[in-house]
Amino acid sequence: MGKYLLKRVILAAVTIWAVATITFVLMNMVPGGPFLSEKAISPAATAALEAKYGLDKPFGERYLTYLKDALHGDFGLSLKQRGRTVSGIIAAKFPVSAKVGGIAVLVSLLLGIPLGVIAAYKRGTTIDSVFSVVATLGIAVPSFVVCTVLMYFLGVKLGILPTLGLTSWKNYIMPVFALSAYPTSYIMRLMRSSMLDVLGQDYMRTAKAKGLSQKVSLFKHALRNAILPVITYLGPMVAYTLMGSFIVEKIFTIPGLGGEFIKAINGRDYTMIMGTTIFLGTFMVFMLLIVDIVYTIVDPRIKLK
Amino acid sequence: MKKRLLVLLLAMSMLVAMLASCGGGGTSSGGETPVAEKQLVVQVGPNPETLDPALNSAVDGANTILHLFEGLLTVGEDGQLAPGQAESWESSEDGLTWTFHLRDGLKWSDDSDLTANDFVYAWKRICDPEVAAPYADTVLSPIAGFNAESLNPDALQVSAPDDKTFEVKLSGPCTYFGSLAAFATMMPVQQATIDANGDAWATAPETYVSNGPFVMSEWVQGSHITMVKNPNYWNADAVKLDSIKFMLIEDANAAYSAYQNKEVDMIKDVPTEEIPSLTGNPEFNVDTILGTYYLNLNCERDMFKDAKVRKALSLAIDRKYVAETIMQGTYTAAGNFMGPGWADPEGGQFMDKSNGGKTYIDIDNFEANLEEAKKLMAEAGYPNGEGFPEITYTTNEAGYHIPVAEYLQQAWKELGITMKVETVEWGSFTPMRRDGEYEAARNGWVGDYDDPSNMIELLYSTNGNNDGKFKNAEFDAQIDISRNTADPAERSAALHKAEDILMEEAGCVPVAYYNDFWLQSPKIQGSWHSPYGYWHFMFADIAE
Repeated sequence: MGKYLLKRVILAAVTIWAVATITFVLMNMVPGGPFLSEKAISPAATAALEAKYGLDKPFGERYLTYLKDALHGDFGLSLKQRGRTVSGIIAAKFPVSAKVGGIAVLVSLLLGIPLGVIAAYKRGTTIDSVFSVVATLGIAVPSFVVCTVLMYFLGVKLGILPTLGLTSWKNYIMPVFALSAYPTSYIMRLMRSSMLDVLGQDYMRTAKAKGLSQKVSLFKHALRNAILPVITYLGPMVAYTLMGSFIVEKIFTIPGLGGEFIKAINGRDYTMIMGTTIFLGTFMVFMLLIVDIVYTIVDPRIKLK
Repeated sequence: MKKRLLVLLLAMSMLVAMLASCGGGGTSSGGETPVAEKQLVVQVGPNPETLDPALNSAVDGANTILHLFEGLLTVGEDGQLAPGQAESWESSEDGLTWTFHLRDGLKWSDDSDLTANDFVYAWKRICDPEVAAPYADTVLSPIAGFNAESLNPDALQVSAPDDKTFEVKLSGPCTYFGSLAAFATMMPVQQATIDANGDAWATAPETYVSNGPFVMSEWVQGSHITMVKNPNYWNADAVKLDSIKFMLIEDANAAYSAYQNKEVDMIKDVPTEEIPSLTGNPEFNVDTILGTYYLNLNCERDMFKDAKVRKALSLAIDRKYVAETIMQGTYTAAGNFMGPGWADPEGGQFMDKSNGGKTYIDIDNFEANLEEAKKLMAEAGYPNGEGFPEITYTTNEAGYHIPVAEYLQQAWKELGITMKVETVEWGSFTPMRRDGEYEAARNGWVGDYDDPSNMIELLYSTNGNNDGKFKNAEFDAQIDISRNTADPAERSAALHKAEDILMEEAGCVPVAYYNDFWLQSPKIQGSWHSPYGYWHFMFADIAE
């Protein structure tokens, strides 16, 4: 296990380096730059800005400087949000996204797993059909539609929920709903199909034959074997959801990290593009590692080598 | 076995809870400000990139800065210059030396004294290459010692003969220098806080020392900026609100919902699809700003080298239809380049004296314009567009740009011209247009300060914003005259002649004048909107 972990950490470092390098190259290939605006800035001011942020240096030198600084934990200053460091912006905004996203992850697990199990157990009944329609809707309807519909009815028409900010628990209801609609539905469907698989297995018949109660056989034997695909899905899902959604955050005016990814790219804020990409990449690699470890706990037959 | 599963689930939920809880203090729960008696909640734009006066180049940033700072002069509700931190000012006979006399007992929000030296520091700082202020050129170019090629703060001719006198030497007569002295970039800033905190001074209320009607009390990135009344402001008695909260809403639909839900008292970003239902609503306002939506026909491309062709394309546009139908009345049809709001150097509106008081293009007579356009095309050697190459119109995708492009496609079809629309993402569009890598493109300008030179000089052959690559010696000569005279009448005449040439040559194609349109609750009293695109809430009140 220890050796495995070490191997994974090294592999993770290589992955993150590759992500960083590809991003660095690609973003420099895109036309435009951080200091362009509708109104032209004088050549002297542009030169001063470029000198200040080291953009006047050749590509190779900038790349090496960036890697060196990043290794020391210095992700530099944002080129657009003057006076703010990239780490500072991420540190201020990630917790906001993670809080909303974390609740959404919990909601999708607590709803998705039991509903999927029930749907599988009651397969072919009306309940199963109803669940299946709801799950399809949850997957098919894009989040901006969910957001807009919620906002219109609960926020504007009925006026029972606040439409912006995160000042009270009520503010969380709409964004969490919008964020968890897709993962809940997806988990429900995953759970249902893998549960159906398991329920048809011989050992389930054996369990029934030896007189185990419905509840025990379902939740002790079946769930444990059926949950593996959900865990696989959980890794990337948790990473993406905690990072925040550009759309949900924009519509509900949540000061999270989701919008920073898009804004950094649109504004050619090079240091922010690098910072957010490396942060997401690292988090993703970490989540995948956790998933691997969780596998071994759930299914002792899986060994990490 | 079951226990392990439970442990697993528990561990996972703990991980999520841990991540969630570390966000608690940061933004959401710490966000409440003490309940103020009179708080105005407004939306004038998304999260500003910076609130450092020297670094800002955005309209909404300037609007926020004007509530937190006050310059030497201010612009009043009537659009006239008024005393600000300076209670009086005068310029020497040759117009080259401007002297500002500061008020007694001026103080920063941290209780320290504000003197003329603070202005010297602030203005020199704009010129510092280390600061890299984007607007240095615009605001400092009239001042002696300013060299756009090599920025040198020490050479800038600004001085403080004593604590209450601020003196500026100009390199040439600049009749509009007073407008610059009221511009958001030119606010005084405090050296002590900048020395101690660097560029970060303008990011947190603790270090954001200011001198205006309000002081920042909170800035939650992407959420809101709260400012409270500044007791040290010289005219604090005129400030009736206890606080103003600027909601940093990015999405127009979100802003509109918040307004309908009465969470915000005023919103600048109204969704365009709601406009038809809002027309006639007393809470919906439309007001002029200094700016024009225009098109560039790249004068360096063969097909647009002939002024007749450019003029024909210009005349074939039904501006009233564009402004009133396509742009839903949120713009005003433009018959001139310089629209309403711009002040004439001789006094009055610049537009009233343009072309002998008539608009250059008769916007009410489109049919005649179109006939004229067809005639011009024939004269240029392209009767019914025969032999004219297919052209590409480049635009970014925002606001009404695409509908306007589609309209142009039809309009120019009337001249027998085939046009393709090319959409380019914003970040790539600006450099592309600036480098002249296009045939026809949309463009627009909103004035920084109220002098016609700010916009008409865009067409000067060496101007960095001359995206249309219009080069006309006569035009340049008129601009040179306007730059070097202290006589308002001569200056006015030269600027009007410049516009005559511009319109005759169709150096660019004005389409519509910009307006601001916004929703504002009737309970807000005593606020006003200026043609710079700023809302002034500093002296506003809330009706019970």
